[in-house]
Amino acid sequence: MAGFRTLTSASVVLRQTNIDTDQIIPARFLSTTERAGLGRNAFNDWRWQADGSPVADFAFNQPHNAGRRILLAGRNFGCGSSREHAPWALTDLGLQAIVSSEIADIFRGNALKNGLLPIVLDEADVQALMQRPDDALTVDVATRTLRTPDGRVYTFPLDGFSQTCLLEGVDQLGYLLGRTPDIERYESEHAR
Amino acid sequence: MTSAPRTLYDKLWDAHVVVPESDSAPAVLYIDLHLIHEVTSPQAFTELRSRGLAPRRPDRTKATMDHSTPTLPAAADGTLPYASAASEAQVATLARNCAEYGIELFDMASAHRGIVHVIAPEQGFTQPGMTIVCGDSHTSTHGAFGALAFGIGTSEVGHVLATQCLLQRKARTLAITVDGPLAPGVGAKDVVLHIIGVIGVNGGTGHVIEFRGSTIEAMDMEQRMTLCNMSIEAGARAGMVAPDQVTFDFVARTPRGPKGADFDAAVARWRQLRSDEGARFDSEVRIDAADIRPTLTWGTHPGTAIAVDAPIPAANDAAAQKGLDYMHLQAGKALAGTPVDVVFVGSCTNGRLSDMREVAQVLRGRRVADGVRMLVVPGSEIVKRDAEAEGIHEIVRAAGAEWREPGCSMCIAMNGDLVAPGQLAVSTSNRNFEGRQGPGSRTLLASPMSAAWAAVRGQVADTRELFAQEVA
Repeated sequence: MAGFRTLTSASVVLRQTNIDTDQIIPARFLSTTERAGLGRNAFNDWRWQADGSPVADFAFNQPHNAGRRILLAGRNFGCGSSREHAPWALTDLGLQAIVSSEIADIFRGNALKNGLLPIVLDEADVQALMQRPDDALTVDVATRTLRTPDGRVYTFPLDGFSQTCLLEGVDQLGYLLGRTPDIERYESEHAR
Repeated sequence: MTSAPRTLYDKLWDAHVVVPESDSAPAVLYIDLHLIHEVTSPQAFTELRSRGLAPRRPDRTKATMDHSTPTLPAAADGTLPYASAASEAQVATLARNCAEYGIELFDMASAHRGIVHVIAPEQGFTQPGMTIVCGDSHTSTHGAFGALAFGIGTSEVGHVLATQCLLQRKARTLAITVDGPLAPGVGAKDVVLHIIGVIGVNGGTGHVIEFRGSTIEAMDMEQRMTLCNMSIEAGARAGMVAPDQVTFDFVARTPRGPKGADFDAAVARWRQLRSDEGARFDSEVRIDAADIRPTLTWGTHPGTAIAVDAPIPAANDAAAQKGLDYMHLQAGKALAGTPVDVVFVGSCTNGRLSDMREVAQVLRGRRVADGVRMLVVPGSEIVKRDAEAEGIHEIVRAAGAEWREPGCSMCIAMNGDLVAPGQLAVSTSNRNFEGRQGPGSRTLLASPMSAAWAAVRGQVADTRELFAQEVA
């Protein structure tokens, strides 16, 4: 995974609260053994009519939102199923950061493993950002900040380990494999 | 040496720390039992292969096929009616991965196959004191045994396969205490829906829940599993109940649990698995069982739970209004009386023998209402076998409902078992998200008794009527 230091982009807005992973990628698209190619079906049932034609007023179908890499979403984004297909679909759609006042635990962990940055801000701050979706926001992982063009700076929580993993493109499995002697010791001491 | 009082979660956590957490890194936590199924595991095996790795402890991983599998029987030539070639390929991929790495698999030919969260407790793989994970959010089910059990993503499935460990930050704790007897017609599903209605769909985010109190202690293991199963629907990382004699007796009856002296030694250890007197929880919620009525959901997330006879609340924001519009329901009206198209009984929430019995109790001598389609799907081959030994399948069929083969079925609607667009389903599953049971499907979550009674009445109905009739 490549390192993630900064990101500058305008935003796509989905005001809906409690956007669950069944909306992000419906279960019928999980019958795959691949990670790639899920972007076409991201938000499928909000984005496409039953006949495959686009739902014109859905945010990701609006031409001015094309290429935007930040999603501003309502509270409790990513609730529900543990499917990692959700962050796979969102990154395949081109997103690199999700900003919400609350992000569900399992989704958050899955997102971080795929270079998709979960940014939790106060609800009032998210609402303020939603007022100006065309502003180019700058996310800086090293300083854990999100900056607006008019100089507002929001600091977001990001634990040191996740921050390092993002900045250095560190692979968590590699880190765990590096703890093999500890794992062996645990297994022998605990009769595992 | 004295130590500070610990919660059950603290004890489970402490016993599995391989490397403690620090400011700079999460803990390395040992995983005792890893469960896998066909949908969330293939990419993990691909990752292992690409790195030249093999599973570290294949003996600690158990596999089943449940999400994509058909619930209609095989044709005369043995062909299974898969919904798609992709589903069949996914199932075949799991079989290939398990064969290659020596992972025990409960495949389509196994008499012990079923939904992952039904078969692991049934076999005795699930035991108190364990850490248990699966690429499936309803892994919280196993917390009913006093285990730390939670859902993980596919990358983490790979981590566990390769290292038998996960990187974890310790969660906060939430004690939910429910006291008092439950009214007739009110069961574990009503309790957990009520709880989610009280604390909200995100009320457990960042927390591990311990369910406690006299109502929980009076529950059997299947009811406790229903309860813990839906912890994730409040956003909780996990849910758990301290193990007691009810738990030990359940494990004693399983084929793969510890036996003889091993069992006795295990029970001695398991008796320590309870929150110490004075242990501090980060949050506490108290619920009076007398306040719990038959409960269903009206909206498009599980937090929209209300009593069957309570008015649907007025929308206080755009999301709630969107939910009402999607569900074609009106604020101010009760759910009772809402016409029903489909009734689904099954899933890891309510696909066990006691659930089948509850449904049979309602359907015996009654008929599913005209125009209502009802599916009853046992959670495992063993549930199916045991239910059939009691004649439950005949009661279900005589009532005009379908008795299917085990699997996740219409809960996740990946296998061709679908609610049609616009249809309203009363479902014993765990999620009422838009389109969860098929594109355009509308779902009311409910207990098996509420579901069966709705099927008979052709509309949402109050299960307390069943008991009033018996008294009269």
